[in-house]
Amino acid sequence: MDSTIKKICEGDVRTASRLIRDIEDKRPEARATMKKLYPHTGKSFIVGVTGAPGAGKSTLTDALISAFRKLNKTVGVLAIDPTSPFTGGAILGDRIRMSRHAEDDGVFIRSLATRGALGGLSYAAGNAILVMEAMGKDMILVETVGIGQQEIDIINHAHSVVVVLVPGMGDEIQTMKAGLMEIADVFVINKADRSGAGQLQTELTSMLNLLPGTANDWKPPIVMVGSAFDPASFAEDTTALARKIEEHHGYLQESGKLAERMSRKAMAEIKDALSSHLMEPLMHSLTASGELKKLSEKTKNRISDPYTIVEEIAQRFFKKDH
Amino acid sequence: MQERKFRVMVAKPGLDGHDRGARILARCFRDAGFEVVYTGCHQTPEQIASSAIQEDVDLVGLSCLSGAHLALFPKVVELLREKGAGDIAVIGGGIIPEQDFPSLYDAGIKAIFTPGASLDSIVAWIKTNIKPH
Repeated sequence: MDSTIKKICEGDVRTASRLIRDIEDKRPEARATMKKLYPHTGKSFIVGVTGAPGAGKSTLTDALISAFRKLNKTVGVLAIDPTSPFTGGAILGDRIRMSRHAEDDGVFIRSLATRGALGGLSYAAGNAILVMEAMGKDMILVETVGIGQQEIDIINHAHSVVVVLVPGMGDEIQTMKAGLMEIADVFVINKADRSGAGQLQTELTSMLNLLPGTANDWKPPIVMVGSAFDPASFAEDTTALARKIEEHHGYLQESGKLAERMSRKAMAEIKDALSSHLMEPLMHSLTASGELKKLSEKTKNRISDPYTIVEEIAQRFFKKDH
Repeated sequence: MQERKFRVMVAKPGLDGHDRGARILARCFRDAGFEVVYTGCHQTPEQIASSAIQEDVDLVGLSCLSGAHLALFPKVVELLREKGAGDIAVIGGGIIPEQDFPSLYDAGIKAIFTPGASLDSIVAWIKTNIKPH
């Protein structure tokens, strides 16, 4: 076995983190490594944690790490924060809440910046998950960037999605909306000691009661999690959350739905690879050569149109052997 | 091929909870286009070293205003070397008397910035002296 692959499969953090970085920085050699690594992936259970900025995703992720470590599971965490559209810089601050796990060899936490991805993940997230899978992590927690209503790419990469809500974010109609409210396998009402938590629970419950399906189908549970400043009850609440995630895992396995989620993930992996293998080099070449600018001038002056231009580009590029 | 992006970590070792300076620096590094992992206060050197490796940063910036720099800064360097990550540069800042500079440099701290150092000069130092992995 290739030494890089061997090291990653043995759980070597330095090598794994460097590979994730190579993917983020779009090093061409990273794809070759991923090719060899891929056969060693696919055995971890992947949990997405998503919700609005400040809803408590990092704090809950920290508590989930503790809960899963108590069950003797090894844990990988990908914590995603936004990249500045102006400077390309980023503050990656999710680790602040997870520092008590920094020295635990059974936990690997890696922060990712979105680098322009708009779906709540980083474009490197799918591959970073695969790297952690190859390391043999039992559970991989993916904390999305703080999201709004429809940055829900996480459903393509996670087997189980935890949606974190907090009281005071709008009326009942918000719970009826498409997007975020549809993707939860487990709901958390976080900061449930605050006023409005009971009302949100009622609204969510009535929304969930209208879900189609039979009694055998999974009905997303609502887990109330109180203030993190009350450590004893917070630990109890988050242990209950971990249990619900485990239950959902069990449901996916027994119902055969896990296979569905795994094909959804495989499809996303192909789409990611397609975009980095075809679309990005194409855009890069069009931009670097100045052609994109010329073409946009042509379009602006109505000498040509976007549709004809794309047909021409497609003919030129997709005849080549990539 | 696109250039490597700088990844840096800003960390506060020890019991000192005054993180205004560290936060301003983190923000300034963000505006310089770096990806900045901020660990928050009260970190042990062990936590800082293992976090730096998990995050594959090029540089760790330590901030200490409590006077414990002589004990804490060299420990981070030592731990990084032990873990085979001696190539991660460590710089320090805070309330650091000039007479302590030589022993910090001897211990492997690459640069020291004290009150009055301009943000631009710190960014410029990093861009000149640190090459992303």
